[in-house]
Amino acid sequence: MDQIPALIRVFGYLSFLTIGGGMAAFPEMKVQIVDVHHWLSAEELTHVYSTGQMSPGPNMMMVAEVGQLVSRFPGALVCALAFFVPTGFLTFGVGRAWKKLEKWPWRASIQRGLGPVAIGLAVAGLITFGKTAVTGWLTFALGLITFFAVVYTKLNPVLFILGGAVVGYFALR
Amino acid sequence: MSEAAAPSAPRESKRDVSLLEIFGEFLLIGATSFGGGVVAYLRDGLVRKKRWFDDVEFLELTSISNTLPGLNATNIAILAGDRLRGFAGAATALVAICLPAFLFMVVAGIIYGQPGARHSSGAALRGVAAAATGLLAATWFKIGKKSLSGFYDAVFVLAAVMGINYFKLGVPTVLIVVGALAIIAYRPRRTPQPAETEDEWIRSLH
Repeated sequence: MDQIPALIRVFGYLSFLTIGGGMAAFPEMKVQIVDVHHWLSAEELTHVYSTGQMSPGPNMMMVAEVGQLVSRFPGALVCALAFFVPTGFLTFGVGRAWKKLEKWPWRASIQRGLGPVAIGLAVAGLITFGKTAVTGWLTFALGLITFFAVVYTKLNPVLFILGGAVVGYFALR
Repeated sequence: MSEAAAPSAPRESKRDVSLLEIFGEFLLIGATSFGGGVVAYLRDGLVRKKRWFDDVEFLELTSISNTLPGLNATNIAILAGDRLRGFAGAATALVAICLPAFLFMVVAGIIYGQPGARHSSGAALRGVAAAATGLLAATWFKIGKKSLSGFYDAVFVLAAVMGINYFKLGVPTVLIVVGALAIIAYRPRRTPQPAETEDEWIRSLH
Protein backbone atom coordinates (compact mmCIF):
# COMPACT_ATOMS: atom_id res chain seq x y z
CA MET A 1 0.00 0.00 0.00
CA ASP A 2 2.84 2.38 0.79
CA GLN A 3 3.84 2.15 -2.87
CA ILE A 4 0.59 3.77 -4.10
CA PRO A 5 1.86 7.39 -4.21
CA ALA A 6 5.01 6.24 -6.05
CA LEU A 7 2.91 4.25 -8.54
CA ILE A 8 0.78 7.31 -9.27
CA ARG A 9 3.85 9.51 -9.72
CA VAL A 10 5.72 7.08 -11.96
CA PHE A 11 2.83 6.12 -14.24
CA GLY A 12 1.50 9.67 -14.48
CA TYR A 13 4.99 10.75 -15.56
CA LEU A 14 5.47 7.85 -18.00
CA SER A 15 2.16 8.54 -19.72
CA PHE A 16 3.47 11.87 -21.02
CA LEU A 17 6.36 10.13 -22.77
CA THR A 18 4.10 7.92 -24.90
CA ILE A 19 4.36 10.01 -28.06
CA GLY A 20 3.08 7.93 -30.95
CA GLY A 21 2.55 4.88 -28.76
CA GLY A 22 3.51 3.05 -25.59
CA MET A 23 6.80 1.65 -26.88
CA ALA A 24 8.38 5.12 -26.76
CA ALA A 25 8.11 5.09 -22.97
CA PHE A 26 9.51 1.56 -22.51
CA PRO A 27 13.17 2.47 -21.83
CA GLU A 28 12.12 4.98 -19.15
CA MET A 29 9.55 2.50 -17.79
CA LYS A 30 12.34 -0.02 -17.37
CA VAL A 31 14.52 2.53 -15.54
CA GLN A 32 11.68 3.45 -13.17
CA ILE A 33 10.22 -0.02 -12.52
CA VAL A 34 13.41 -2.09 -12.48
CA ASP A 35 16.27 0.22 -11.47
CA VAL A 36 14.71 2.99 -9.38
CA HIS A 37 11.79 1.31 -7.57
CA HIS A 38 12.72 -2.41 -7.84
CA TRP A 39 9.06 -3.33 -8.39
CA LEU A 40 9.92 -5.99 -10.99
CA SER A 41 13.03 -7.59 -12.45
CA ALA A 42 13.91 -6.80 -16.06
CA GLU A 43 12.68 -10.24 -17.10
CA GLU A 44 9.40 -9.84 -15.18
CA LEU A 45 8.78 -6.49 -16.85
CA THR A 46 9.33 -8.11 -20.24
CA HIS A 47 6.83 -10.83 -19.25
CA VAL A 48 4.22 -8.30 -18.15
CA TYR A 49 4.72 -6.15 -21.26
CA SER A 50 4.35 -9.29 -23.39
CA THR A 51 1.16 -10.25 -21.58
CA GLY A 52 -0.17 -6.85 -22.63
CA GLN A 53 0.31 -7.88 -26.26
CA MET A 54 -2.15 -10.75 -25.70
CA SER A 55 -4.84 -8.46 -24.32
CA PRO A 56 -7.58 -6.91 -26.44
CA GLY A 57 -7.87 -3.13 -26.38
CA PRO A 58 -5.00 -0.79 -25.48
CA ASN A 59 -1.96 -3.04 -24.93
CA MET A 60 -0.39 -0.50 -22.57
CA MET A 61 -3.01 -1.47 -20.00
CA MET A 62 -0.15 -3.72 -18.89
CA VAL A 63 0.51 -0.87 -16.44
CA ALA A 64 -2.47 -2.25 -14.47
CA GLU A 65 -0.70 -5.61 -14.09
CA VAL A 66 2.37 -3.83 -12.73
CA GLY A 67 0.10 -2.10 -10.20
CA GLN A 68 -1.63 -5.38 -9.38
CA LEU A 69 1.71 -7.09 -8.71
CA VAL A 70 2.98 -4.23 -6.54
CA SER A 71 -0.13 -3.25 -4.52
CA ARG A 72 -2.94 -5.61 -5.60
CA PHE A 73 -6.22 -4.17 -6.91
CA PRO A 74 -5.78 -0.60 -5.58
CA GLY A 75 -2.39 -0.59 -7.29
CA ALA A 76 -3.90 -1.74 -10.59
CA LEU A 77 -6.59 0.93 -10.39
CA VAL A 78 -4.28 3.85 -9.61
CA CYS A 79 -1.79 2.79 -12.30
CA ALA A 80 -4.52 2.69 -14.94
CA LEU A 81 -5.96 6.05 -13.82
CA ALA A 82 -2.56 7.74 -13.56
CA PHE A 83 -1.56 6.45 -16.98
CA PHE A 84 -4.74 7.22 -18.94
CA VAL A 85 -6.51 10.16 -17.26
CA PRO A 86 -3.96 13.06 -17.30
CA THR A 87 -3.04 12.59 -20.97
CA GLY A 88 -6.76 12.09 -21.60
CA PHE A 89 -7.50 15.61 -20.39
CA LEU A 90 -4.70 16.95 -22.60
CA THR A 91 -6.15 15.17 -25.64
CA PHE A 92 -9.63 16.44 -24.78
CA GLY A 93 -8.39 20.04 -24.56
CA VAL A 94 -6.28 19.93 -27.71
CA GLY A 95 -9.11 18.19 -29.57
CA ARG A 96 -11.42 21.10 -28.78
CA ALA A 97 -8.81 23.71 -29.73
CA TRP A 98 -7.85 21.89 -32.93
CA LYS A 99 -9.91 24.00 -35.33
CA LYS A 100 -8.54 27.19 -33.82
CA LEU A 101 -4.99 25.84 -34.00
CA GLU A 102 -5.49 25.37 -37.73
CA LYS A 103 -4.35 28.94 -38.42
CA TRP A 104 -1.29 28.51 -36.21
CA PRO A 105 1.57 27.71 -38.65
CA TRP A 106 3.53 25.73 -36.05
CA ARG A 107 0.78 23.12 -35.79
CA ALA A 108 1.90 21.52 -39.05
CA SER A 109 5.56 21.82 -37.98
CA ILE A 110 4.86 19.99 -34.72
CA GLN A 111 2.95 17.24 -36.52
CA ARG A 112 5.60 16.86 -39.19
CA GLY A 113 8.54 17.03 -36.79
CA LEU A 114 7.25 14.67 -34.11
CA GLY A 115 6.50 11.93 -36.65
CA PRO A 116 10.09 10.73 -37.13
CA VAL A 117 10.94 11.36 -33.46
CA ALA A 118 8.05 9.12 -32.38
CA ILE A 119 9.29 6.39 -34.72
CA GLY A 120 12.85 6.77 -33.44
CA LEU A 121 11.68 6.53 -29.82
CA ALA A 122 9.63 3.42 -30.66
CA VAL A 123 12.62 1.77 -32.33
CA ALA A 124 14.77 2.65 -29.31
CA GLY A 125 12.12 1.13 -27.02
CA LEU A 126 11.97 -1.94 -29.20
CA ILE A 127 15.75 -2.40 -29.01
CA THR A 128 15.59 -2.10 -25.21
CA PHE A 129 12.73 -4.61 -25.13
CA GLY A 130 14.34 -6.99 -27.61
CA LYS A 131 17.54 -7.19 -25.57
CA THR A 132 15.64 -9.02 -22.80
CA ALA A 133 13.21 -10.85 -25.09
CA VAL A 134 15.60 -12.24 -27.70
CA THR A 135 18.00 -14.48 -25.82
CA GLY A 136 18.97 -17.23 -28.26
CA TRP A 137 18.38 -18.70 -31.70
CA LEU A 138 14.85 -19.94 -30.94
CA THR A 139 13.56 -16.61 -29.62
CA PHE A 140 15.27 -14.88 -32.56
CA ALA A 141 13.52 -17.25 -34.99
CA LEU A 142 10.13 -16.68 -33.28
CA GLY A 143 10.57 -12.93 -33.58
CA LEU A 144 11.69 -13.13 -37.20
CA ILE A 145 8.81 -15.41 -38.26
CA THR A 146 6.29 -13.12 -36.55
CA PHE A 147 7.85 -10.04 -38.16
CA PHE A 148 7.57 -11.42 -41.70
CA ALA A 149 4.10 -12.86 -41.07
CA VAL A 150 2.77 -9.52 -39.83
CA VAL A 151 4.40 -7.51 -42.62
CA TYR A 152 3.49 -9.82 -45.49
CA THR A 153 0.26 -11.61 -44.50
CA LYS A 154 -3.17 -10.52 -43.28
CA LEU A 155 -3.22 -13.07 -40.45
CA ASN A 156 -4.13 -11.71 -37.01
CA PRO A 157 -0.86 -11.20 -35.09
CA VAL A 158 -2.41 -12.64 -31.93
CA LEU A 159 -2.10 -16.08 -33.57
CA PHE A 160 1.67 -15.71 -33.59
CA ILE A 161 1.70 -14.35 -30.05
CA LEU A 162 -0.21 -17.44 -28.88
CA GLY A 163 2.01 -19.63 -31.06
CA GLY A 164 4.98 -18.09 -29.29
CA ALA A 165 3.42 -19.03 -25.95
CA VAL A 166 3.03 -22.66 -27.03
CA VAL A 167 6.55 -22.92 -28.46
CA GLY A 168 7.94 -21.19 -25.38
CA TYR A 169 6.03 -23.47 -23.01
CA PHE A 170 7.61 -26.59 -24.50
CA ALA A 171 10.98 -25.33 -25.68
CA LEU A 172 12.07 -22.44 -23.46
CA ARG A 173 11.83 -23.90 -19.96
CA MET B 1 -26.90 -5.46 -36.27
CA SER B 2 -29.83 -3.11 -36.78
CA GLU B 3 -27.50 -0.73 -38.59
CA ALA B 4 -27.90 -2.61 -41.87
CA ALA B 5 -30.36 -0.05 -43.23
CA ALA B 6 -28.29 2.97 -42.18
CA PRO B 7 -27.83 5.66 -44.84
CA SER B 8 -24.55 5.70 -46.73
CA ALA B 9 -23.69 9.25 -45.65
CA PRO B 10 -22.64 10.14 -42.08
CA ARG B 11 -25.53 11.13 -39.88
CA GLU B 12 -26.55 14.77 -40.08
CA SER B 13 -26.56 15.20 -36.32
CA LYS B 14 -24.43 13.07 -34.08
CA ARG B 15 -26.17 14.26 -30.93
CA ASP B 16 -28.75 11.50 -31.13
CA VAL B 17 -26.14 8.92 -30.15
CA SER B 18 -26.82 7.89 -26.56
CA LEU B 19 -24.15 7.39 -23.93
CA LEU B 20 -25.25 3.76 -23.66
CA GLU B 21 -24.69 3.31 -27.39
CA ILE B 22 -21.23 4.90 -27.08
CA PHE B 23 -20.43 2.67 -24.13
CA GLY B 24 -21.58 -0.44 -25.96
CA GLU B 25 -19.62 0.21 -29.15
CA PHE B 26 -16.36 1.14 -27.42
CA LEU B 27 -16.70 -1.77 -25.01
CA LEU B 28 -17.10 -4.11 -27.98
CA ILE B 29 -14.02 -2.66 -29.69
CA GLY B 30 -12.08 -2.82 -26.41
CA ALA B 31 -13.01 -6.48 -25.95
CA THR B 32 -12.41 -7.74 -29.49
CA SER B 33 -9.38 -5.81 -30.78
CA PHE B 34 -6.79 -8.56 -30.35
CA GLY B 35 -3.35 -8.35 -31.90
CA GLY B 36 -2.67 -4.64 -31.54
CA GLY B 37 -3.78 -2.19 -34.20
CA VAL B 38 -6.82 -1.01 -32.24
CA VAL B 39 -7.07 1.95 -34.63
CA ALA B 40 -8.14 -0.36 -37.47
CA TYR B 41 -10.87 -1.82 -35.24
CA LEU B 42 -11.97 1.71 -34.31
CA ARG B 43 -12.25 2.70 -37.95
CA ASP B 44 -14.22 -0.44 -38.70
CA GLY B 45 -16.64 0.18 -35.84
CA LEU B 46 -17.04 3.97 -35.95
CA VAL B 47 -16.84 4.64 -39.69
CA ARG B 48 -17.96 1.49 -41.47
CA LYS B 49 -20.43 -0.06 -39.03
CA LYS B 50 -21.88 2.84 -37.02
CA ARG B 51 -21.31 5.62 -39.57
CA TRP B 52 -20.72 8.12 -36.78
CA PHE B 53 -17.79 9.60 -38.75
CA ASP B 54 -16.64 9.63 -42.33
CA ASP B 55 -13.08 8.66 -43.31
CA VAL B 56 -11.93 12.28 -43.53
CA GLU B 57 -13.02 13.09 -39.99
CA PHE B 58 -11.64 9.79 -38.66
CA LEU B 59 -8.27 10.55 -40.27
CA GLU B 60 -8.32 13.93 -38.56
CA LEU B 61 -8.92 12.25 -35.17
CA THR B 62 -6.04 9.86 -35.91
CA SER B 63 -3.63 12.64 -36.78
CA ILE B 64 -4.51 14.64 -33.64
CA SER B 65 -3.91 11.48 -31.58
CA ASN B 66 -0.54 10.80 -33.21
CA THR B 67 0.87 14.16 -32.17
CA LEU B 68 -0.15 13.92 -28.54
CA PRO B 69 1.09 11.80 -25.66
CA GLY B 70 -1.22 8.97 -24.75
CA LEU B 71 -2.12 5.93 -26.82
CA ASN B 72 -3.74 6.30 -30.22
CA ALA B 73 -6.59 4.00 -29.24
CA THR B 74 -7.56 5.91 -26.10
CA ASN B 75 -6.90 9.32 -27.67
CA ILE B 76 -9.19 8.52 -30.59
CA ALA B 77 -11.83 7.23 -28.17
CA ILE B 78 -11.70 10.53 -26.25
CA LEU B 79 -11.87 12.71 -29.38
CA ALA B 80 -14.65 10.63 -30.93
CA GLY B 81 -16.63 10.52 -27.69
CA ASP B 82 -16.34 14.29 -27.33
CA ARG B 83 -17.64 14.92 -30.85
CA LEU B 84 -20.55 12.54 -30.26
CA ARG B 85 -21.65 13.59 -26.77
CA GLY B 86 -19.24 16.14 -25.30
CA PHE B 87 -17.31 15.51 -22.09
CA ALA B 88 -19.62 12.70 -20.92
CA GLY B 89 -19.19 11.00 -24.28
CA ALA B 90 -15.40 11.27 -24.08
CA ALA B 91 -15.30 9.86 -20.53
CA THR B 92 -17.69 7.04 -21.47
CA ALA B 93 -15.69 6.06 -24.55
CA LEU B 94 -12.41 6.09 -22.59
CA VAL B 95 -13.75 3.91 -19.77
CA ALA B 96 -15.46 1.50 -22.18
CA ILE B 97 -12.45 0.93 -24.44
CA CYS B 98 -10.17 0.43 -21.42
CA LEU B 99 -12.39 -1.80 -19.29
CA PRO B 100 -11.84 -5.20 -20.99
CA ALA B 101 -8.05 -4.73 -21.11
CA PHE B 102 -8.04 -3.57 -17.48
CA LEU B 103 -9.89 -6.70 -16.32
CA PHE B 104 -7.65 -8.89 -18.50
CA MET B 105 -4.48 -7.39 -17.00
CA VAL B 106 -5.77 -7.53 -13.41
CA VAL B 107 -6.54 -11.24 -13.82
CA ALA B 108 -3.14 -11.77 -15.47
CA GLY B 109 -1.55 -10.02 -12.49
CA ILE B 110 -3.43 -12.19 -10.00
CA ILE B 111 -2.27 -15.35 -11.82
CA TYR B 112 1.32 -14.13 -12.34
CA GLY B 113 1.50 -13.03 -8.70
CA GLN B 114 0.83 -16.54 -7.34
CA PRO B 115 3.85 -18.11 -5.65
CA GLY B 116 5.67 -20.19 -8.23
CA ALA B 117 3.63 -18.86 -11.15
CA ARG B 118 6.45 -16.67 -12.39
CA HIS B 119 8.56 -19.78 -12.76
CA SER B 120 5.93 -21.98 -14.43
CA SER B 121 4.54 -19.32 -16.77
CA GLY B 122 7.99 -17.95 -17.50
CA ALA B 123 8.67 -20.34 -20.37
CA ALA B 124 5.44 -19.51 -22.23
CA LEU B 125 5.97 -15.77 -21.64
CA ARG B 126 9.51 -15.98 -23.02
CA GLY B 127 7.96 -17.28 -26.25
CA VAL B 128 5.34 -14.52 -26.16
CA ALA B 129 8.01 -11.86 -25.63
CA ALA B 130 9.96 -13.14 -28.64
CA ALA B 131 6.88 -13.08 -30.87
CA ALA B 132 5.88 -9.68 -29.46
CA THR B 133 9.28 -8.30 -30.47
CA GLY B 134 8.58 -9.40 -34.04
CA LEU B 135 5.05 -7.99 -33.94
CA LEU B 136 6.15 -4.61 -32.60
CA ALA B 137 9.03 -4.44 -35.08
CA ALA B 138 6.59 -5.18 -37.91
CA THR B 139 4.12 -2.56 -36.69
CA TRP B 140 6.77 0.15 -36.58
CA PHE B 141 8.34 -1.03 -39.84
CA LYS B 142 4.99 -0.49 -41.56
CA ILE B 143 4.44 2.92 -39.95
CA GLY B 144 7.97 3.98 -40.87
CA LYS B 145 7.63 2.83 -44.47
CA LYS B 146 4.43 4.83 -44.82
CA SER B 147 5.39 8.05 -43.06
CA LEU B 148 9.15 8.56 -43.23
CA SER B 149 10.64 10.50 -46.10
CA GLY B 150 13.78 12.49 -46.73
CA PHE B 151 17.18 12.89 -45.14
CA TYR B 152 15.99 14.85 -42.08
CA ASP B 153 13.60 12.07 -41.04
CA ALA B 154 16.41 9.50 -41.14
CA VAL B 155 18.57 11.80 -39.02
CA PHE B 156 15.86 12.26 -36.37
CA VAL B 157 15.07 8.54 -36.17
CA LEU B 158 18.77 7.75 -35.81
CA ALA B 159 19.29 10.57 -33.28
CA ALA B 160 16.48 9.23 -31.08
CA VAL B 161 17.76 5.64 -31.25
CA MET B 162 21.40 6.63 -30.60
CA GLY B 163 20.39 9.02 -27.82
CA ILE B 164 18.61 6.29 -25.91
CA ASN B 165 20.41 3.05 -26.73
CA TYR B 166 23.99 4.31 -27.19
CA PHE B 167 24.35 7.56 -25.23
CA LYS B 168 21.82 6.43 -22.57
CA LEU B 169 20.30 9.91 -22.37
CA GLY B 170 16.85 8.90 -21.18
CA VAL B 171 13.51 9.29 -22.93
CA PRO B 172 12.58 12.80 -21.59
CA THR B 173 15.89 14.33 -22.70
CA VAL B 174 15.75 12.74 -26.14
CA LEU B 175 12.09 13.64 -26.60
CA ILE B 176 12.68 17.29 -25.71
CA VAL B 177 16.00 17.80 -27.53
CA VAL B 178 15.39 15.78 -30.71
CA GLY B 179 11.72 16.79 -30.72
CA ALA B 180 12.61 20.49 -30.59
CA LEU B 181 15.24 20.13 -33.32
CA ALA B 182 12.78 18.26 -35.54
CA ILE B 183 10.05 20.87 -35.07
CA ILE B 184 12.54 23.63 -35.86
CA ALA B 185 13.75 21.75 -38.95
CA TYR B 186 10.16 21.64 -40.18
CA ARG B 187 9.39 25.20 -39.02
CA PRO B 188 6.87 27.23 -40.98
CA ARG B 189 8.74 28.59 -43.97
CA ARG B 190 6.20 30.37 -46.09
CA THR B 191 4.85 33.77 -45.22
CA PRO B 192 1.39 33.58 -43.67
CA GLN B 193 -1.17 32.70 -46.29
CA PRO B 194 -4.87 32.03 -46.30
CA ALA B 195 -5.55 28.90 -44.23
CA GLU B 196 -5.93 25.77 -46.29
CA THR B 197 -9.29 24.13 -46.19
CA GLU B 198 -9.57 21.09 -43.94
CA ASP B 199 -9.94 18.87 -47.01
CA GLU B 200 -6.69 20.04 -48.59
CA TRP B 201 -4.89 19.66 -45.32
CA ILE B 202 -6.12 16.12 -44.79
CA ARG B 203 -5.23 15.14 -48.35
CA SER B 204 -1.75 16.49 -47.73
CA LEU B 205 -1.32 13.89 -44.98
CA HIS B 206 -1.49 11.01 -47.44
